[in-house]
Amino acid sequence: MVERDKANQEAASRILAGKPTLIDISTAGEVVPGMNKNVILHAGPPVAWERMCGPMRGAVIGGLILEGMAKNREDAQELAASGDILFEPCHHHSTVGPMAGVVTRSMPVWVIENKTFANRAYCTLNEGLGSVLRYGAFSDGVIARLKWMAEELAPILRTALQRHGGIDMKNLIAQALQMGDEGHNRNRAGTSLFIRELAPHLVMLDDNKERISKVLSFMHANDHFFLNLSMPSCKCTVEAAAGIEGSSVITTMARNGTDFGIRISGLKDQWFTAPATMVEGLYLPGFSAEDAAPDIGDSVITETAGIGGFAMAAAPAIVKFVGGTPKDAINFTRSMYEITVAENDVYQIPSLDFRGTPTAIDLVKVVETGILPAINTGIAHKEPGIGMVGAGLVKPPIKCFHDALEAFVEKYGD
Amino acid sequence: MDVHKISELFNQDLVVINIGLESFAENLKKEGVRVLKLNWKPPAGGDKKLASLLKRLGR
Repeated sequence: MVERDKANQEAASRILAGKPTLIDISTAGEVVPGMNKNVILHAGPPVAWERMCGPMRGAVIGGLILEGMAKNREDAQELAASGDILFEPCHHHSTVGPMAGVVTRSMPVWVIENKTFANRAYCTLNEGLGSVLRYGAFSDGVIARLKWMAEELAPILRTALQRHGGIDMKNLIAQALQMGDEGHNRNRAGTSLFIRELAPHLVMLDDNKERISKVLSFMHANDHFFLNLSMPSCKCTVEAAAGIEGSSVITTMARNGTDFGIRISGLKDQWFTAPATMVEGLYLPGFSAEDAAPDIGDSVITETAGIGGFAMAAAPAIVKFVGGTPKDAINFTRSMYEITVAENDVYQIPSLDFRGTPTAIDLVKVVETGILPAINTGIAHKEPGIGMVGAGLVKPPIKCFHDALEAFVEKYGD
Repeated sequence: MDVHKISELFNQDLVVINIGLESFAENLKKEGVRVLKLNWKPPAGGDKKLASLLKRLGR
C-alpha cells in the first residue's frame, strides 16, 4: 500500500469514527472562534464585497441591519464597501452556513461536538424557505423573523435541550436516511425526528404555551429545519480528517455564489477555486433559469461527508424537489462509490441492500475518472433582496480539482 | 495448449465484453450477439498533462 493510500485510509477512518452530538445553542458572538464585532462570516471560499454575488450581498445587508450597524440598504452597502467590515469564510471559523451563509454576532447557533475528537462546529438556525436571509432577502419581515429566532426560538429550544441532554446526531441522521432523507435537500424525516426528541421537554417548560406552540409550529412548518443540524454535524465530522500528511481526501467543498472552492486534507488550508457553475433544476412558480444566481452555500459539506447528493438513493422522493427520476437518484449514489475511499458503517441505504453511503472523496479518483461529486442544492435569485427561486443539481467546476491535483503532485509526487 | 477446449469455445454462442470503441459492440449487437459495453475512459479523459501528474502518484 502506498503512503497516499494509508493516509487516505486514516482520513476515512476518522470520518467514520466521528460522533457529532448536539450539545448547546448559543450565539455566534459567544462561541464561534474569532467572531469579533466587525467580522461577518459568509459561505464558500474567501470573497471580497466587490466580488460578492447578489444574494450574498443581500444577506450581508440584512446582517448589518439586524446587528443595528446599518439603518437601511444604502447604509449597509456603504459600510460593507468601506473596508471596516472583515468578511471571512464560515469554514475558517469551524462554522458552516447554507446558501449565502452570512453569520453575525447576535445570531443563535447550534453547537455540535464531535465526541470522538472533541472538535466543535457551528451553524445558525434554519429560517425556512422562500424569502429568507440566507437566500439574500432582507425585508422587514426577514429581520423580524431573525429577531424572533434570537429572542424566543433559540432560548426556548436551548432550555428544552438542556432538559433533554445532548442529542446524538449521527443516530438521527442514520434514522433519517432510512426514512427517505438524504440530509441536504430532503430533511423532512430528520426534522420530524428532531421534533420528536424535543417535544416531551418543550411541553414541560415553565413558559407561555403560545410561545412554545409557536416554536413547535415553526419547526413543523419547515422541512429544512434539520439541514442546519446535519450541516455542522458533517462539518465537525470531516474536520477531524483535515491536515493528514499525504492524504488526497477532500475535506472542504463550498461555494460563495462567485467561486466554488475545495480544500484537500494533505494540503491543509489551501483553497482551490474556479467560477461557480449554474444549477440545473426546478423553479418555483414565476421564476426561471434567467433569475438564478450561480451555485452558492456551504451545504455541500453534506456531500463532503458522504450524505446529501451521495446518499440520493436513500431519498427517491427528492427528485420532486430537485428534478430527475428515482433511477437517477440511485445512479448518482452508485457513481459516487467510484470516487470515494470508504463506505459508511452507520449511514446506510435501504434500496441498495443497506450499503453504506460513499464516504471520503479522493481528489485523485475524481481527476482520474472524470466523475464529479454529485451535489443537489437550492437556487437563489441573482438579485439581492428576493430569495429562493428553486432547487436542483449542480456539477462543480472541474478546474479546481485539476489545480488541486497539480499542487498535490508538486508536494507529494515522486 | 488444450486444443479441445479452444474448439469447444468456437462451438458455443459468443458472449462478448467490449472494452473498445462503442461501434464494435453495436456491430455485434446487429448480428444478434450478446454484448456488454464496458463504460471505460482513459484516465483523466486522455488529458496528457493530467495523466502525467497521476503517473507521478504511481497511478
